[in-house]
Amino acid sequence: MKSTIKGLVWIIAVIGFGVGLYGMFLRFTTGDRLTDYGSYIPWGLWVAFYIYFIGLSAGSFLLSTLVYVARIEKLEKIGKLALFTAFGCLVAALLSIWMDLGHMARVGNVLLHMNLSSMMSWMGILYSSYFGIVIIELWFALRSDLVKTAKTGSGGSRTLARLLSFGSSDISAEARAADHAKLRVLGIIGIPLAIAFHGGVGALFGVIQARPHWNTPLMPITFLIGALASSGALLTAVVYIWGPDKSKEQLNDIMRFLGKIVLALVLFDFLLEISEFLIGLYSMVPAERLPLEAILHGHFWYVFWIVHLLIGVVIPVIILFARAVPKGRPDKPAGGLIAFACLLVAVTFIAVRFNIVIPAQINPEIPGLQYAFSGPGLKFTYLPTTMEWLVSTWVTSFGVLLFLIGEKLLPIVNPEHREAA
Amino acid sequence: MALIDVERHEIRERMMNDLQRALKKPINKRHWAMVIDQAKCVGCTACTTACVAENHLPPGVVYRPVVETEVGKYPNVRKTFLPRPCMQCDDPPCVKVCPAHATWKRPDGIVEINYNRCIGCRYCISACPYSARTFDKGFFYTDGTPEIMDYEKEPSFEYGREWPRRNRETSPIGNARKCTYCIHRVEKGILPACVTTCIGDATYFGDRNDPESLVAELLGSPRARKLREEEGTKPTTTYLV
Ligand code: SF4
Ligand code: SF4
Repeated sequence: MKSTIKGLVWIIAVIGFGVGLYGMFLRFTTGDRLTDYGSYIPWGLWVAFYIYFIGLSAGSFLLSTLVYVARIEKLEKIGKLALFTAFGCLVAALLSIWMDLGHMARVGNVLLHMNLSSMMSWMGILYSSYFGIVIIELWFALRSDLVKTAKTGSGGSRTLARLLSFGSSDISAEARAADHAKLRVLGIIGIPLAIAFHGGVGALFGVIQARPHWNTPLMPITFLIGALASSGALLTAVVYIWGPDKSKEQLNDIMRFLGKIVLALVLFDFLLEISEFLIGLYSMVPAERLPLEAILHGHFWYVFWIVHLLIGVVIPVIILFARAVPKGRPDKPAGGLIAFACLLVAVTFIAVRFNIVIPAQINPEIPGLQYAFSGPGLKFTYLPTTMEWLVSTWVTSFGVLLFLIGEKLLPIVNPEHREAA
Repeated sequence: MALIDVERHEIRERMMNDLQRALKKPINKRHWAMVIDQAKCVGCTACTTACVAENHLPPGVVYRPVVETEVGKYPNVRKTFLPRPCMQCDDPPCVKVCPAHATWKRPDGIVEINYNRCIGCRYCISACPYSARTFDKGFFYTDGTPEIMDYEKEPSFEYGREWPRRNRETSPIGNARKCTYCIHRVEKGILPACVTTCIGDATYFGDRNDPESLVAELLGSPRARKLREEEGTKPTTTYLV
């Protein structure tokens, strides 16, 4: 069963990568001309994918600190998996936002000509630091296993392990304890960093006073809770498929534990959402109201009602209540369904991200502006084009393939060893 | 109506003289300002077109659209017109959000963009409460015809530099763009294109720091209003309503 799913994920990722390549070709040969975002709705699908992935990354990282900082024993085997997921998602997020720039080659200006009053400059600073932390942390988390694989492994894994162990060879208990101590310090530094940069992405939208739908102090919090809910869900699904499964009971236990966390987070996120809708719809201000009305009964009502609410909240919550919560029958295998529910949450979360980015921009800042002059991009409607979808498909597949290949070649999952001290 | 009493033939002469006086001052002593009289605007969009021609604006890029509002019910309808250039805000949110310092407030009040530094993130477009910034995606009017005409590749002279459109990659393509108050003309002593083409003499331009100037006088009118002042952006562009 699991190997079938793994195979399926490989196939989908490879096909996505191949098909998406055409989108990338178009992106590099036709620039922004085949996209539907423009002057009045300047941000589109790629920005939505960016906040989706960056949320998955921040959340996975924060969950990995449950292992390395909080040292929750139950989760000790999935620390590396969480870190590696954080890495894959970070790469996909950065690729997605890079594709969105009108001048991709100038991305360095964000650091070179930094403007500290711009949240986007802060993103540049925080992502670079976070990237560093994730890489270093991954290395320490993998070090002892890399050394072992370098000695005893075979084929590609062995060569790669030799290369990546950078000459380190000490796998004594003391050395491993030292690794854990370092991981803890890195994790502790990483926690405020991950909160800052993902809260910061929320702030990036939150500070835009011109778009009242974004302009709320709760934005960073909503982003963080969303990040934890979606990444917790992704991780739960990932753990089920790629995680250590030597002991069925243990896996079952982990799955239930994670399932409960995800359930709580999804519900809390939903609570925030309800509050946002109730307050927003009470308002008479068009810029507050219109985006919400568009979400609920605009052209793309199904993004909210079907993709997000039904598939992303109602169904998973029912499953999780039924499988993750009940006590009494601890040995009844529940992992598969919990993983399925979590997969639904994780995948459909892109709908939430989409509804954050797009509807806020559909309200003309000057009423009637859309009729004043016409031309490409001078409109307040947006529908991602095939090319935009293809690029996002490529970026997503790239992230997934990075994960799959890493998981194959690196000692990410090792059921034999405890990861927490 | 308390229209300020300026003889029609005097207006342009006076504004040209205002310009000359302002240009003699150091740059930080002058503050360019535009005043638009909505009561005089007839909605002909001559300014919009003149601006497109002056700045060689490609499809999808517009600096000064004229927004029409219809009031009343047919047959008793009236129209009001709102030409919308950049407000050259004194507290410009577009400048605050730019991650690359590619856009800034000049001492003479103009919000400038360095197209060569702009990364095309469009954060400023999101942040401008007037939708005054548009994104240059690299279209040509003669796209889809056998030949992209040479006149479309001619440079625009925004901010006193040359910005040709020889290909689809180099700036200003891929950048955020907006009204410059035709600063390249102004610094040569010529009024902005929209001002010179306005058939109703509804747009005034000059140095608001000079109490003798026409704009300074108009800014004191009880009819003077700023657009969406509650945003706290302190717009320079002022309307007479
Ligand atoms: S009107 Fe918009 S583009 Fe112009 S200065 Fe103000 S915020 Fe910036
Ligand atoms: S589009 Fe250019 S000018 Fe606007 S915020 Fe981005 S880098 Fe700055």
